[in-house]
Amino acid sequence: MPSFEPKITAFVCNWCTYAGADLTGTSRIKYAPNVRIIRLPCTGRIDFMLILKAFAGGADGVIISGCHPNDCHYTSGNFHARRRWMVFRSLLDFIGFDTRRIFFSWVSAAEGAKWAQLVNAITAEVKKLGPFQNYAELTKSGLDLIAENSYA
Amino acid sequence: MLELHNRARQLLETQAVNLILGYGEGHGDEPRPVFIDKPDTVTRLIFNERCIQNLAVYLLKPEVRTQGKIGIVTTIPVSRSILQLAAENQIRDEEVVLLLVQADGKVSEVTRFSELEGLVAQHETKIPAPDQEKISILQKKSREERWQYWVNEFNRCIKCYACRASCPMCYCTNCTVECNQPQWIPVPAHALGNLEWHIMRVMHLAGRCIKCGECARACPVDIPLHLLTFMLNDNIADIFGQRAGMKAKPDYVLSTFKPDDKENFIR
Repeated sequence: MPSFEPKITAFVCNWCTYAGADLTGTSRIKYAPNVRIIRLPCTGRIDFMLILKAFAGGADGVIISGCHPNDCHYTSGNFHARRRWMVFRSLLDFIGFDTRRIFFSWVSAAEGAKWAQLVNAITAEVKKLGPFQNYAELTKSGLDLIAENSYA
Repeated sequence: MLELHNRARQLLETQAVNLILGYGEGHGDEPRPVFIDKPDTVTRLIFNERCIQNLAVYLLKPEVRTQGKIGIVTTIPVSRSILQLAAENQIRDEEVVLLLVQADGKVSEVTRFSELEGLVAQHETKIPAPDQEKISILQKKSREERWQYWVNEFNRCIKCYACRASCPMCYCTNCTVECNQPQWIPVPAHALGNLEWHIMRVMHLAGRCIKCGECARACPVDIPLHLLTFMLNDNIADIFGQRAGMKAKPDYVLSTFKPDDKENFIR
């Protein structure tokens, strides 16, 4: 059986984590290639629906990362996002959604090494969890629809 | 009932209000909403323990709004809806006259939100015991069992959006569901789209649901979707100490934050 390579979507903020991931590259630090980075203005911009759409599109794990508290470029975007995630997680947990596949973190523009470690650790964890079977089954009924009518 | 009729007649005769929303006899056992605009038809108004529909949903309809000043027969949950609508700047103070029917059958006439806040604060905001029990049972199950339970429940969903139509808090004229560029929620009723719809509905009601349970009563396929909003909003009250429908001042839990909000999952 070929080894499973998880697909991981990362929603990152423009000001901290995206710059941090950039630093990982310019510092020549190697890390797992499983992650697809999507840059957004701020973690406060990350709608919970984006997370669901990533899973619907076949992601096995999702990373959401932005500035550390008090470092937000827009002063309070990450604080608002933190509240939203606390609420969202408790809802997903009640529905029985596998919350072990959603990862939140703060990575600053100076933490290139932290980003590499984070992605490596998360890739290993998701690999252990295996493909997101639950959601894949669910998506099957709607997959043709997604393929026909692009969500983009 | 006589007191209710007299109050309603007086309000209409003195033109304190132009229209009264209330409950009337419907088909069989089910009361239906009635819209009274003439003093001599106030006898159509009824009130009994079956009158539990949340009439606040009609307050923001253009057909009602254009009538001018509105009177509404309410219970405590409906009053909470009205306070929440006020907190969201949808109703102004003294714009609506509430005929609040108390548990002992007494009718109090309330126009000022400050007065309404006092009356509402005296009542329990707990989840009704049978619903609380269902929530506790679900919480004790394993993650996989909960997932199967909800996927099975959502499979029955036919995307009629009666839950949305019956909810006083779902008043957006342009709902995300109708947004098709991008299409957040698929139009047909299939497993994925149903789950996405229900998660989105609950998230948009987070911190705003006043727990009237109208969504579940409106559901034609009996999905216990009120358990989701009940659980989430109780959870929010536990964590952030904010409850919807208690104050007429804006107090939306997700539009504010504390620098020391405690979580245990951010790395």
